[in-house]
Amino acid sequence: MNKYMIYLNSKRCIGCHGCEVHCKTNKDLPVGPFLCEISHEPLKAVKGVPKTEYHFRSCYHCEDPYCVPICPTGAMKKREDGIVYVDTEACIGCMACAGACPWHIPQYNPNTGKAVKCDYCMDRVDAGLKPACVTKCTTRALKFVTIQEL
Amino acid sequence: MRKTVWSMCSMCSVRCPIKVEVEDGKVKWIEGNPHLLKGALCAKGSAGIALQRDSERPQQPLIRRGGRGAGKWEPVSWYTALDYVADKMNKIKEKYGAKAMMLSCRGGPWQDMWKTFIHGFGSPNFTNHDSGCGRNVHHASKSVYGLGRKGFIYDLKNAKHLISFGRNLMASLRVAEVNQIMDMLDNGGSFTYVDVRQTLTGIKATRFFQVRPGTDYALALGMINEVIKQEAYDKEFIEKYTTGFDKMAEFVEQYTAEWAAKECGIKVKKIKDFVSEIGQQRPSVVFHPGWMLSRYKDSFYASRMLHILNVLMGSVEVKGGQQFPKTPADCGVKGLRTFSSLVPKPEDKRADGVGWKYKHFDKGPGLFHLFYDAMLTGEPYPIKGVICYRHDPFNCFPDVAAQKEAFDNCELLVSIDTHYSEFGWYSDVILPESMYLERETPVVTQKGPKPRFAFRDRAVEPRFDTKPSWEIFKMLADRLGMSEYFPYNNAEEMWQFQLEPTGFTIDDLREKGFVALTDEPIMYDRDNLEGKFKTPSGKIEFVSQMLEENGLPSFKPYESPHKPPKGRFRLIFGRSPVHAHGHTINNPLLNELMPENTLWINSRVANRMGISEGDWVDVIADSQKGTIRAHVTDFIHPEAVYTVHGFGRQVPLQSRAYHAGMSDQKLQEGLLEMMDPAGGGLCLCEKFVTVRRSPRNPRRRVEL
Ligand code: SF4
Ligand code: SF4
Ligand code: SF4
Ligand code: SF4
Repeated sequence: MNKYMIYLNSKRCIGCHGCEVHCKTNKDLPVGPFLCEISHEPLKAVKGVPKTEYHFRSCYHCEDPYCVPICPTGAMKKREDGIVYVDTEACIGCMACAGACPWHIPQYNPNTGKAVKCDYCMDRVDAGLKPACVTKCTTRALKFVTIQEL
Repeated sequence: MRKTVWSMCSMCSVRCPIKVEVEDGKVKWIEGNPHLLKGALCAKGSAGIALQRDSERPQQPLIRRGGRGAGKWEPVSWYTALDYVADKMNKIKEKYGAKAMMLSCRGGPWQDMWKTFIHGFGSPNFTNHDSGCGRNVHHASKSVYGLGRKGFIYDLKNAKHLISFGRNLMASLRVAEVNQIMDMLDNGGSFTYVDVRQTLTGIKATRFFQVRPGTDYALALGMINEVIKQEAYDKEFIEKYTTGFDKMAEFVEQYTAEWAAKECGIKVKKIKDFVSEIGQQRPSVVFHPGWMLSRYKDSFYASRMLHILNVLMGSVEVKGGQQFPKTPADCGVKGLRTFSSLVPKPEDKRADGVGWKYKHFDKGPGLFHLFYDAMLTGEPYPIKGVICYRHDPFNCFPDVAAQKEAFDNCELLVSIDTHYSEFGWYSDVILPESMYLERETPVVTQKGPKPRFAFRDRAVEPRFDTKPSWEIFKMLADRLGMSEYFPYNNAEEMWQFQLEPTGFTIDDLREKGFVALTDEPIMYDRDNLEGKFKTPSGKIEFVSQMLEENGLPSFKPYESPHKPPKGRFRLIFGRSPVHAHGHTINNPLLNELMPENTLWINSRVANRMGISEGDWVDVIADSQKGTIRAHVTDFIHPEAVYTVHGFGRQVPLQSRAYHAGMSDQKLQEGLLEMMDPAGGGLCLCEKFVTVRRSPRNPRRRVEL
């Protein structure tokens, strides 16, 4: 059962791409991989004001992930709480996971030669903190939501 | 070993308070100070880590060995470099007098020290970048209130209506301010945005006026006319605190909302609705008076009218409106000791003419661009040496070729900076400053509803042979025989000197990066504001004595901006939230987000010219040309083309930024001389450029 999700309040988001860099610096990523992405719709006039919606995408942490079974070494794992993550020790960088994921979410990290993807900053979450992108979002538009089990 | 260091960001000039986590001498994490920003930070703020790890910055002092700009540098020791600079400065002093040296900086809260240095040397010529930025707004504010543009803060969080004339708040991005605006919008506040194009800011607006370029003044005049017509202003406040209302009302009579609507190309009903709305919402209404308003020939007067609109709203010392920034004295605390208090005031007149030839301009930093005349003509006296501390005139002033011609008359050009500036590359000596995570800075006073003292501590040791500026200026001062103005040997002693009268110690500031001087925000009694306005009359002046005495009108009749001829466009520039002008273009992570700029062009026009999205276009001024990719959009006025400022850099050692994108300032030929005589700002949006589809676009594919 997935326990977490990240929600973007598009009304507050200003499209500053801060979250993308907050994420990269937290994971010490070089130029190349992005683990999350801000995008927006083409502008459309609403009551005379050209407006847009922002979207935030990291990894969907699928209930039934495509990336996990395809991994030849078992490095791609899903935790009890739903977080899908790469065990870097075991990863051999074959990138089969990226090929299997419909959105090509796992990225190649040229520094380590291994796959890297959004893991909801599980080290931070386990330490009682919020993910990097959420903690430092410029306008506090991103929320880390814990889904209550019924 | 893990430690927490309190600091201030320096990726842009907002200087957000930050908390830095360091492990074994490596920066691991930067977040907005949780006590003040609850962790929030922008992309640039996080990318500070990438700057610290980047090696494409000056790594030791450099002395130029080839021709200026040729890029032949000899790495030298600090002793050699500082001896060299001191020796040259002394020679200039002997030959032309101390006043032939000038020092420029980026402005901001640490000016005291740089000013002390140049004044201590015996020159009055301290200046900064502001004539290419906010001077018009500053002088407009002085003409109305007798207070500079920092004379008010805006309580945006509680405002009912914020109005911005082209101030792109979301892209210029002051983290605390942006959050206030978002809170205001969440609470149902209104936001009116005026611009020639749609921006990151405008998409958050509840009302948008897309105006013809250069007509901001017309819209402001029309709004005032309508405010008076609808009697939407605060009569009591006007009666009590202002002079000259009738003269102003008489002047705006001809500028009706109907007229303004026609001039700006917008609907008159929208102006009228707007005015009735603010009439209900006042006094919690803030007209942002502008920031970077070195734009049009009448930007000073436009800004004056925005200040006046705030007065009409009665938006002074109210919740959700303009407020006086409170000082340590308001909290019963003595202020910081300044270094400049140790230095006698220089007696010479300023070489830029400010204070004697131009009496209506603020003497503090004067006007940088007027020093070029002194370099070229030797009048009123020659300027022979220039120190630019973290200021890059080639990036912030127009017409780089014209600037170089003036600088070529100088015998010493010194750049003190953390990165290679364009000016630095042309200079004679580069003294590399440690980047902000590697240095301390003096304590600063942050005025506001809750004033505080704040500072920057050193998070990690410098990676290269660089030094903090307090040390660079101190070492130079020692060599020039003015050690007494820099009475410290290390950062601790420097802070101690500053803090001594306040009763606080640096350890108090080390607890969370600042000390708050009050728990509750302080408000003055709005019924008793006598003495707060520093105009000659002590009132808010619609008719400005300062202007009139200097032969300038308080109200300038409106002149319609020229329409660019066919095929030509008004060149407009602006900002992106991921870059701070030219400072960050070479930062690996920010460059990755935005490696080059584009030219925004209206889709209808582009269509006619056969220009499609992503095509290369040539942008041609008089003798200068730039080539850049087109961004074809409905959301820009057909008379204008727009680009993000700061690109097209020419320092080969910045491999990512080198020749990436196009420089707007290079194309602004002739604009170095186009100063607003009343406001002192340059008119940087008064250049027409020709745009054409570039022959660089491939016509055929010839490869396999
Ligand atoms: S940091 Fe926050 S405001 Fe900025 S783009 Fe990301 S979600 Fe939006
Ligand atoms: S990487 Fe792709 S497949 Fe795997 S969990 Fe994320 S979205 Fe699903
Ligand atoms: S949760 Fe962590 S890993 Fe995922 S996008 Fe946010 S910062 Fe990156
Ligand atoms: S706005 Fe961003 S770059 Fe500027 S000081 Fe704040 S965090 Fe730093």
